Amino acid sequence: MSDAVFTVAFYVFSAVTVLAALGVVLKKNLVHSALLLILAFVGVAGIYVLLQADFIAAVQILVYAGAVAILVAFGVMLTKRGDIRESNLANRQKWPALFVVAGVFAVIYALLGQTNWGPLAAAGPEDSVGILATLMLTDFVVPFETAAILLTVAMLGAIVIAKEVKNSK
Amino acid sequence: MIEFAMQKAWLIPFLPFLSFVLIGLITKRSEKLSAFISIACILTSFVLAILVAVGIFGAGEEFIEKSFEYSARWFSMPGLEISMGVKLDPVSSMMLFVVTLVASLVQIYSLGYMHGDPGFSRFFAYLSLFAASMLGLVIATNLLQMFVFWELVGLCSYLLIGYYYFKVSAREAAKKAFMTTRIGDFGMLLGILFLQIVFGTLNFTELAEIVPKYADYGITLGTLNLIAILLFIGPVGKSGQFPLHVWLPDAMEGPTPVSALIHAATMVVAGVYLVGRTLFLYKTATTAAEVVAYVGGFTAFFAATIALTQIEMKRILAYSTVSQLGYMIMALGVGSLTASMFQLFTHAFFKALMFLGAGSVLHAMHGKVNVWDFGGLRKKMPYTAWTFVIGGLAIAGIWPFAGFYSKDEILLEAFNTGHTGLFWLAVITAAMTAFYMWRMIFLTFFGEEKAENHPHESPFSMLLPLFVLAFLSVVGGWVALPEHGWGYYIRLGEHEAGHAPAWMIATATTAAVGGIALAAAMYWKKIISYEAVGKAAGPLYTLSFNKYFIDEFYLWINHTIVDGLGRLLYWVDIYVVDGIVNGLGFFTKEAGAVLRHTQTGRLQNYALILFAAVVVLVLYMYFKSPAAAMIVLGGGN
Amino acid sequence: MIGLGHFLVLGALLFCIGLYGALTKRNAVAVLMSIELMLNAVNINLVAFSRYLTPDYIAGQVFAVFTIIVAAAEVAVGLAIVIAIYRDRLSVELDDFDWLKW
Repeated sequence: MSDAVFTVAFYVFSAVTVLAALGVVLKKNLVHSALLLILAFVGVAGIYVLLQADFIAAVQILVYAGAVAILVAFGVMLTKRGDIRESNLANRQKWPALFVVAGVFAVIYALLGQTNWGPLAAAGPEDSVGILATLMLTDFVVPFETAAILLTVAMLGAIVIAKEVKNSK
Repeated sequence: MIEFAMQKAWLIPFLPFLSFVLIGLITKRSEKLSAFISIACILTSFVLAILVAVGIFGAGEEFIEKSFEYSARWFSMPGLEISMGVKLDPVSSMMLFVVTLVASLVQIYSLGYMHGDPGFSRFFAYLSLFAASMLGLVIATNLLQMFVFWELVGLCSYLLIGYYYFKVSAREAAKKAFMTTRIGDFGMLLGILFLQIVFGTLNFTELAEIVPKYADYGITLGTLNLIAILLFIGPVGKSGQFPLHVWLPDAMEGPTPVSALIHAATMVVAGVYLVGRTLFLYKTATTAAEVVAYVGGFTAFFAATIALTQIEMKRILAYSTVSQLGYMIMALGVGSLTASMFQLFTHAFFKALMFLGAGSVLHAMHGKVNVWDFGGLRKKMPYTAWTFVIGGLAIAGIWPFAGFYSKDEILLEAFNTGHTGLFWLAVITAAMTAFYMWRMIFLTFFGEEKAENHPHESPFSMLLPLFVLAFLSVVGGWVALPEHGWGYYIRLGEHEAGHAPAWMIATATTAAVGGIALAAAMYWKKIISYEAVGKAAGPLYTLSFNKYFIDEFYLWINHTIVDGLGRLLYWVDIYVVDGIVNGLGFFTKEAGAVLRHTQTGRLQNYALILFAAVVVLVLYMYFKSPAAAMIVLGGGN
Repeated sequence: MIGLGHFLVLGALLFCIGLYGALTKRNAVAVLMSIELMLNAVNINLVAFSRYLTPDYIAGQVFAVFTIIVAAAEVAVGLAIVIAIYRDRLSVELDDFDWLKW
């Protein structure tokens, strides 16, 4: 992939991601927000591809697409009928929040600018999935297992919390 | 047997204590069983004490200089080694004998005296604890052990003086006794602490060796005198010396057997015993010894002048005790352990005898206390009367009764050590003692019988102790007679078999006989009008009758200074201390009322503030020191 | 030439947008979505660092996988909480929830 193509691809994916993300937080209709969220995730997946993280890109689309589909379902189900267009409004701290967020971004940006990151060191490995698999089952086997347990616990917890509370009487 | 008694001498205080626990926990409901346990225990202790005395005195020379001593470690830490133990020497074995004897007799007497009292078992429990405390004090090997039992004795006296707790006067007297002796105890505790700090030990034997070398321990003679005087404040409180004597006459609010126990064998003689135990200190600290001597001499005289005009039987006896204790303290002050302990020994007999006799009289008179209401009682209660007369002769110092020998010994010591002033003071006091004692005896037992009185002789359980004590009051002084007599065993330093010169014996006897004769003339034969004498004395009579207004003076101090200070501090507390505290509380409350509005309860609001704080902190750090901020935040190359 | 800095700026932008949403949205589900955006921003950073600083040792991608796992768990639990609250209050409007007060 040539530099020019890489640059163009980066900007395209970035623009899609950022614009979609802005849509998620600015749209007043929750369904629109959810759909734009999918678009943002897809943009992020593109970024992953540019970074030669094919497996992550795939997981991004699979997991987030599934997750978001459910989110949308919930969002619609939990909103009162009839006012779906006004389902995703901002609260009263819109302007202060904008100010603070701008400050946070400025701080991060300033810090990034302070740092010289150096050039790209080398070409990445061809088979990132294989390396990933090896790493997961060697260096990171404990976190891997822990993550499995975490997921199980989280699912059980979600079920317990969401379960209808029976009247103890 | 003797060996066993000496090795197990700790049983002597332990048995009465055991009886206290048994009565208190188990047999309180059964009066007979309680009394039986109590008396059995104290009699066993008495037997043990006799065996110990036989062992100690029988060994002759061996234990006079060097006591028979053993102890167990109580606790220790670097620089402090405290043990509890048993110290047996002639002085302590004599005390063990006296205390167990008087305590036994008092308990037997109480069988009759307290008969039918609702608190019968409680009374015996307290008596047992009292005896146990005093016995523990007697065998103490060191000052701290002594202090512990000293305080226990104080507690027991509080309990027993306030035995009739439903009477306001008894409660007040108990509090007065406790508080007054506490003042003394505080000084004593300071003295003990000083000794521990300076010499690093509280053991009597060790202290006796190192105190004369006080200069090696970096203190001056002045400091040693100060320590000795501080230590002496304890006995001043406990033994009712001026100016802390005020509690002792009030202590008669307790049942009469208790008064006998307090005045004769326990409690008050604890102070004398303590000074006797630490006499080596006063041998070195001579200025303190002078203070002791003059406090004792003054107290003896002062209390005697009060006793002259009192009208309650027990009150007269109480002031007489104060006066006699003054004698003992004076004897110690002039440096004679022999004379002091001799006086303690004989005094225990005749004072216990007279208190128990007074109890017998009060028992018969059903609560009348004024000696002017009595009269001619010798006909209806002859045993009480004649034993009482023996006590009167003994305390006045008439040959051959016990008081004669001990009083002569004190006079001799005072004179020999060059305290001529104290000698004459003591002689005058002896005359007054004879006078006020016989005034009481004539008014109570002689003269006209009063028709409204229906006296009766007391039961045998009350008379038996009187007989025993009367016998001892007669023969008690004879222990000084043989060649290896009292002074050979009980002494500090060299034994001097001094004998009073004839003129001194004549003077003392003249004083005593003169006092008795004057009392007889005024109150029996009515040759001299006591009213005229009272008038002639004028203000002196008023002073004496009102005990020199010392109680009133103390009350005045309390009401003006203490209460005034209290009011001032109360004001400070209400307006300053409380003001600050309340102000803080008010400020916090108001601040909370304002600040709680910042708690919106909305999570997003909190998150906003959190991130705003992040930004603000980063900016603050950056403007303060960009390089430092970079290090903290992780930027840079 | 696109360097590491570009990716990081993208991540920062995405993070800030997500933060803005999390701070301002009334709907609890929308807040969860915004949080997903923030997590994605983190993932971009991780993968970018991994690619640029340690090209052969792709530990950053492993971290990204873990982040995705945690995100999934978070969504599940978060939605469960939203349901529980909805059952109690018949609302998913965060403005209605001020129980942390006083």
